[in-house]
Amino acid sequence: MLDENDLGNAKQMTIIVTKGSLDWAYPPFILGTTAAAMDVDVTMFFTFYGLPLLKKDLNLKLTTLGNAAMEMPMMGTHIAMPNIVGALPGVDAAAAKMMKNLIKKKGVASIEELREAAIESEIKLIGCQMTLDLFEYERDEMIDEMEIGGAATYMAKALKSDINLFI
Amino acid sequence: MADQTLDAKGLNCPLPILRAKKALKGMEAGQVLEVQATDPGSVADFAAFCSHTGNELLSSSSEGDIYRFEIKRS
Repeated sequence: MLDENDLGNAKQMTIIVTKGSLDWAYPPFILGTTAAAMDVDVTMFFTFYGLPLLKKDLNLKLTTLGNAAMEMPMMGTHIAMPNIVGALPGVDAAAAKMMKNLIKKKGVASIEELREAAIESEIKLIGCQMTLDLFEYERDEMIDEMEIGGAATYMAKALKSDINLFI
Repeated sequence: MADQTLDAKGLNCPLPILRAKKALKGMEAGQVLEVQATDPGSVADFAAFCSHTGNELLSSSSEGDIYRFEIKRS
């Protein structure tokens, strides 16, 4: 199946999105929307834990566990979270809230905003069929703009692309 | 001299670029968009954006904390 970009000179990029936490949702959406703004034809393939980023209702969460490099700015210094503290009930929720406050304060886009920009700039958003089946997501839980495809769909696009990222 | 002005002050990467692209889309070839931003990263980013999209970066300057870019739509 050829679309008009396949026939033209537009650069193409694909991103495999495998992580759907509040922090890891940023790199694929930032790079995808920016590439689209620079006239690149972008395809994002959402699989495993990346797939929830295509749900109609986004409720992104965060965990401090197992992330040795995570430091939050606090009162002029940086605070890291020891795993044993991060494991306590409520700590992840508090960290997510803190991150969302920082995001707002620093003028960083929300993931909702970036996803909207991705849709507006006609980025192809492909949801992985196997992941939908595996984790029992219903089609109507997901945004209407999601197309459904599998590994071969991704490969067909990746083989023609200039940049392929796995995030 | 700009045909349109975009206030991107207070916005962080990649929003100034995304908003600029959107504004340029609604303009005609040859028209000039002025972007005002406070993100220091936008200096390198607008140069890179323009070099790859064919839009011409007429000027890039700063006054205090405000960066100003003039972009001619291709």
